[in-house]
Amino acid sequence: MSRSAVRSPAQDPVGALHHALHMRLASGQRFAALLGRGDPDAGTSLTALVAHDGDVTALSATLPAGVTHYPALTPQLPAAFWYERAIHDLVGLLPDGHPRLDPLVLPHRDDASRLLPHPGAPGQPDRIEPYERALSVHLHGTGVFTIPHGPVRSGVFESVEYLVETPGEDIPHLRIRPHAKHRGVQKRFEGMTVDDGVLLAERVEGIASVAHALAFAHAVETLAVARVPVAAAMIRVLHAELERIANHLDVLGKLTDAAGLAVATARFGLHKEHTLRLVGALSGSRFGRGVVVPGGVTALPRLPADEVTAELDRLQHAINGDVRALLDTSSFLDRVRTAGPLDPELARTHGALGPIGRGSGCTDDCRASRPYDGYQQLAPPPVAVRSAGDAQARMQVRIDEIEAAFYLTRQAIGRLPDCDTDQLSVVAQPGAGQAVGWAEAPQGEVLYLLDVDDAARISYCAPRSASFHNLMLFPSIFVGDILTDFPFNEASFGLSIAGVVM
Amino acid sequence: MPWVLRGLRNGVVTTGYPRRSDPYAEAFPASVRPLVVGSANGVPVDDTLCPTGAIHNRAGALQLDAGQCILCGRCVRERPDLFGWVSGSQTARLHRQALVVPQLPETDEAVELVRRQLAARVRRMFRRSVHIRHVDAGSDGSEEWEALALLNPVYDVHRLGIFFTASPRHADVLLITGVGSHGMAEPLRRTVEATPRPLVVIAAGTDAVSGGLVAPSYAVAEGIGELVDVDVWVPGSPPSPFSLLHALLLAVGRIPPEGR
Ligand code: SF4
Repeated sequence: MSRSAVRSPAQDPVGALHHALHMRLASGQRFAALLGRGDPDAGTSLTALVAHDGDVTALSATLPAGVTHYPALTPQLPAAFWYERAIHDLVGLLPDGHPRLDPLVLPHRDDASRLLPHPGAPGQPDRIEPYERALSVHLHGTGVFTIPHGPVRSGVFESVEYLVETPGEDIPHLRIRPHAKHRGVQKRFEGMTVDDGVLLAERVEGIASVAHALAFAHAVETLAVARVPVAAAMIRVLHAELERIANHLDVLGKLTDAAGLAVATARFGLHKEHTLRLVGALSGSRFGRGVVVPGGVTALPRLPADEVTAELDRLQHAINGDVRALLDTSSFLDRVRTAGPLDPELARTHGALGPIGRGSGCTDDCRASRPYDGYQQLAPPPVAVRSAGDAQARMQVRIDEIEAAFYLTRQAIGRLPDCDTDQLSVVAQPGAGQAVGWAEAPQGEVLYLLDVDDAARISYCAPRSASFHNLMLFPSIFVGDILTDFPFNEASFGLSIAGVVM
Repeated sequence: MPWVLRGLRNGVVTTGYPRRSDPYAEAFPASVRPLVVGSANGVPVDDTLCPTGAIHNRAGALQLDAGQCILCGRCVRERPDLFGWVSGSQTARLHRQALVVPQLPETDEAVELVRRQLAARVRRMFRRSVHIRHVDAGSDGSEEWEALALLNPVYDVHRLGIFFTASPRHADVLLITGVGSHGMAEPLRRTVEATPRPLVVIAAGTDAVSGGLVAPSYAVAEGIGELVDVDVWVPGSPPSPFSLLHALLLAVGRIPPEGR
C-alpha cells in the first residue's frame, strides 16, 4: 500500500483523496471529474467525482488556508490532465509534478498581482482579462502553425484555436487552446436562486440545453428530496431524446459535408430543421429551453399526442431513408472507416463519454446505469456500443441512438394520456448542502456538482460537460496528416467549445 | 438511390420569404411584450420576476427590453395578466432603443435617422451578392446552429445572393454571436480591422445584444456593443433562422421601411 494510506487525511488530504480514488478505480469505477473551489489564501478543496452503477460519488480533500501547492494527480491518473490545468486557472492551486501546466480556460500570471475567479469563494471579481503572454512560454518546437488561423474560424464555428506543433523530428502534435470564449459561467451561478440557475444551465452548452437543465435540476431535487411527477418525467425524456436526434443529425450533416456530399448534407440539414421545429412546436423554443425546472416541467407539450406521433413517424421515415443511402455510399464509408481511431484501452482508462466512448467499447450510458426521470419507467433499448473506435463506429453509435430516441419519444408521449397532468411540478426547495446531478447529453454524461446555502442560494456550481472530458482525447486520434483528417475528426467528435471552457 | 435523386425529393421546401410571407416565420413566438400600456393594473411587478432585469416598471409604466429578454417565459407564466407571447420573426432592429417595448416616441425618429444613414452606406450592396463573415465572440453554441441553418434547403440564403465567407477581406457583413468574452475582444478587433468598408455589423442574439443571463461576469462584456459599432440588433436566445434572416435583410437595406 502507498504511504498515503497510513497518514491521516488531515496531514495529507490529497494523498488520502488519491488513495481513495485509486481503490475505487481499481474496483472498476470510473474517474469522471476533478473540480476545485476556493481561494488558496482562505482555504481550498479538490473534489473528484467517481461514477459507478447507481450513483456518482464525490470524494473531497480540503487544503488549509495558505496552501498553494499539492501533489499532482495527473502522473498516476492521466485523465486528470485538463482538470488540473483548469483548477490552476480558476482556483490558483499549483499541482506539483504536473507534466504540462499550460493555461486552458483562463491564462493568468503566476504572481502576487494576479486576480482569479476562485469559484466557491465569496465575492465576484470585477473583471479578469486573459493574460495572453502566459500562453507563448509553453510553446515549443521548430515549426508551429495554426489550423487555419484561430481563434476565429473559417465558416460558422465556435471560436477555438488549434495549433499544430512539430517538435523536432517527431510526428506533429495537435494542441487545443479553447480559452478565448471563457465566459465565467461557473462564478455567475453563485448567488443565484435555483430557478434562475436552471436557466443559466441551459446556456452553459446551448446545443445540449435540455441535458444541462436536467443534470442541474437533478442536483437540486436531490437536495430538496423532491420527486418529479410522472408526467413531468415523461416530458423530460421526450425533450432529452429530441435533443439527441437533433445533435446526431448535426454530426451526420457535418460528416457528409466534410466528405463533400452536398445533397446528403442538405438532407440531414433539412431533417435537423424539422426536428428543431417539432421541439419549437412542443415548447415554444427550438432548443427546448424553459421546459425543465427544478421539481418538474413548466408545461405540457403544446401539440396533441397523435400529432406528435405522426410527426415523429414522418421524420423517422425520412431520416431512415437517407441513413440507408449513406451506408450504401462506399466512397463515404471509405473515408470514415479507420478514420480518427480512438484506442479502446485509452478510451477505457480515460473514461471516454457518450458516442465517443461507446464507439470504442465503453458501455456506460447514465440513462441505463444511473436512470433518472422517465428512463426509470420506460424500457430503454440496449445501449448502442461499437468496438472499432473509428469515425465509422462513432457514427454507427449515433445512428443506433437516433433509432432508440424515436422509440423512447414515442413511449414517453404514449404514456402521457395515462398520467395525472394536473400537476407538472412539485416544490423543490433545496436544503443547504452539496449534491451531484447527472444526465446523458447527446455528447455524453453531463455532471453538476452543486452547493446550496441556508438561504437556498447557489454557493458553488461546477458543470462538467462531456465535451470537456472528451476533447482531451481529440489530439490522440490523429494518425495521418493532421490537415487532411481535421474536418472529419472534428465532425466525428461532435463537441461544443462553449461546454468546454464555459 | 443515388444522392442526386434523393436531392430531388426535397421537393419545394424552400421558404418564399421575403418575397412572400412564411407561415412558420409568422407563427413563431419570437418575443414577449407587456399587454397593458401604462400602469401595471396597480399591481407592482416583483423585481425578481425577470432573471435578466428585462422588465422595467418606470413610474408605473411597464416596459420590456427585448434586448435583455432570454425568452424564458416566466413573466408570462406568473403574470399572464401583464405579459404575453408575440408571434412573428421580424425581431431585428436598427437601433438598440428600438428593442424596448412599448417604444418611446423619440425612438421612432432616431431609428429613421440610422436607417437612412445605413441605407446610404450600403447602397452598393442592394443588387450584388452579399458576403457574411461569422465571428463567435463567446456564444453558448446554439447561435451557430441557427446561423448554419440559413444554409439548409428551407432557408437556402444562396437563392438571395447571401453567402458565408471564410475571409474577413471578402466580407460585407459581420454576424457576431456571443456575449463578448474578454478573450475574443482582440480577435474580434482584428477581424473588424481586416474587413473592408462599407461594413455592417449584426449583434446576433440576446447575449450579443446585452450580455443576457451570462453577464455580468468577470470574463465578459455586456454585449458586443462594448467592443464594436453595431448596426443591427437581433435578440433571441438564440434568434431563430428567420430572425437572423430578417437581420441580414435589414442590414443590406432589403427590407422596406415599414418592415423595420
Ligand atoms: S420572458 Fe423571461 S427574460 Fe423575457 S422578460 Fe419575461 S421573465 Fe424576463
